[in-house]
Amino acid sequence: MSLEVPADLEKQIDERITHYPVSKRSAVLPVLHLLQHHFRFVNEEVIEWAAAKLELEPIKVLEVVSFYPGFRQSAPGKYHIRVCRTLSCAMAGSYELMDSLCEKTGIDRSGVDHHNPIAVSADGTYSIEFAECLASCGTGPVCMVEDDFYESVDDVDALLAKYS
Amino acid sequence: MTFMKAWTTSTLSLPNTPDPIFLTAPQNHPNHRTYPLPTMSAITYKSGKEPHPNERRIIFKNVDREGWDQSIDTYEGEGGYDQLKRAVAMEPGAVTNEVKSAGLRGRGGAGFPAGLKWSFLPPNNTKPVYLICNADESEPGTFKDRYIIHQDPHQLIEGMAIAAFAVGAKLAYIYIREEFPQGAEILEKAITEAREKGYLGKNILGTDFELEIYVHRGAGAYICGEETGLIESLEGKRPYPRIKPPYFPAAMGLYLCPTIVNNVETLCHVRHILEMGGEEWSKVGTPNNTGTRILCVSGDVKKPGYFEVEVGKVTMGELINDMCGGLKDGRSLKAVIPGGSSAKVLRADETFKVGKGDDCKEISIWDIPMDFDTLAACGSMAGSGGVIVIDDSRSISWVLNNINNFYAHESCGQCTPCREGSLWMKKITDRLVADKAAPSDIETLDAVARNIDGQTICAFGEASSWPTESFVEKFKDELIADTKPELENTPVNAEKELAAAGLL
Repeated sequence: MSLEVPADLEKQIDERITHYPVSKRSAVLPVLHLLQHHFRFVNEEVIEWAAAKLELEPIKVLEVVSFYPGFRQSAPGKYHIRVCRTLSCAMAGSYELMDSLCEKTGIDRSGVDHHNPIAVSADGTYSIEFAECLASCGTGPVCMVEDDFYESVDDVDALLAKYS
Repeated sequence: MTFMKAWTTSTLSLPNTPDPIFLTAPQNHPNHRTYPLPTMSAITYKSGKEPHPNERRIIFKNVDREGWDQSIDTYEGEGGYDQLKRAVAMEPGAVTNEVKSAGLRGRGGAGFPAGLKWSFLPPNNTKPVYLICNADESEPGTFKDRYIIHQDPHQLIEGMAIAAFAVGAKLAYIYIREEFPQGAEILEKAITEAREKGYLGKNILGTDFELEIYVHRGAGAYICGEETGLIESLEGKRPYPRIKPPYFPAAMGLYLCPTIVNNVETLCHVRHILEMGGEEWSKVGTPNNTGTRILCVSGDVKKPGYFEVEVGKVTMGELINDMCGGLKDGRSLKAVIPGGSSAKVLRADETFKVGKGDDCKEISIWDIPMDFDTLAACGSMAGSGGVIVIDDSRSISWVLNNINNFYAHESCGQCTPCREGSLWMKKITDRLVADKAAPSDIETLDAVARNIDGQTICAFGEASSWPTESFVEKFKDELIADTKPELENTPVNAEKELAAAGLL
């Protein structure tokens, strides 16, 4: 196991764990969020490190990672895009937005399925997936790029220009 | 368009608030009426984001407000945390009684009375009590908690602190959906500010009341909005909902201790209930449907958006035609999903029997007052307040398929009828939109839905099957018109499909 967790990240993780005085296991999600934010995805080494940190069997961490769509088990692009797929955004054109983003970024989503929802551009700059309802149904179509949120997206070029 | 004014005008008596500022619709406005706003100072809103005259802003008072920010100084400048000060001088039970007398019903979806929920805590309890704020806002069509969290976080924290005092919780969590990363940061900053000011931590406001609130981010799973699923998630597990009984959170919740789970909007109301008094607050809205609530409108209207209205004082017609600018030009209404995507669809040309005894009458979709009881009487629900408007340009098969995709994706997989059924419903409507369905598929679709409903641990079973049940019931002809009779008795080639999907 050769995962190198920087000291300041581990400090943040230790602080998060104190938010759960009753059970360290409760910190699985926040610890994974911090690790994913740093390493970009959650692989076996990350899972084992988190499990050791929280004194859990690795399977207890893996079962969480494999359930929640918010955790990625493979590397995304430098900029990860999530497009809302659900009804109100779809009515406002989110499928067209997805097509347009894929076209501009050169992403091929033909291999995407439920277990592999993310498609990455050939140069690794962008990755994309559909997300279920991002809770901004009045301003569709909406998407997120990394942690940034965009409403009523109509200018794909301007959006992507911010992330290049 | 004619509206049934009896619903609105006869019940329009509003409490007098001190020094009210009147927001008045133009005299020639079809819904001309006057609303006092519960505020001491004139409020201006950002240009283009002004509340509609039909609104009564309590929870959303500061949303889109000119000069407003999320800082504690701004909040305190408007009387922020005064109600917490009032609460800690009261008996905890008295706070609960105010919430009970207000008749506050949960704003997350089920509409369960919040005060009653609080009073389900076991008497003589010796275990710790936890409070959880459900900020997992994820019911499709709902976008209200987002604005409270992002623009007025201290309102939520004050509401939570009062609620925690009432139920005896020393530790509280805000379970916020992962897709609100900025919201989580804003809340954490607000919590830090509140702690620095002595509104959180030990010896709050010089009393022996203590409370810590932590923000817990979810990870993109809709099922975490179900309160027992949320609790499992907060325990660091897969969010498989727990069976009730015995796992009613008030008795056996987080770490199997008594736990109160309330929605963001519900907890915010607690602060205003104390300010106005439960009795006065209960005069807002309509009997048994008290207070204001935020309606979120999306879909085929000219101006989608969020509107805080007195419960039951605005009809569907007023909401769509006046507040949202009506349908798009040249379009007519086909259907409305009135309370988040799991609410049963209402067809535009249906009539609904509402009221009891002498008050019983038939009304059109336009005249439905947007309250809990009437929408239930119409065979649907007020749910989370997410109203999705569908016009005649939409294919019902396409709409239903979009919804079925959502529920198939979000089923947690714990109960077989839901795990399998939600996927089958999706597969059938996938075929329907691909012109590959046979007429008998519609019967199968309905049968699958009816074998989920009532057969699962949690209400997701109903949430996933009600759309299909109601769409098939109300739009059967249109769904069948999208099928191909020549495909009848043509078995689906399972092997070929599996091979195409790369599974063989």
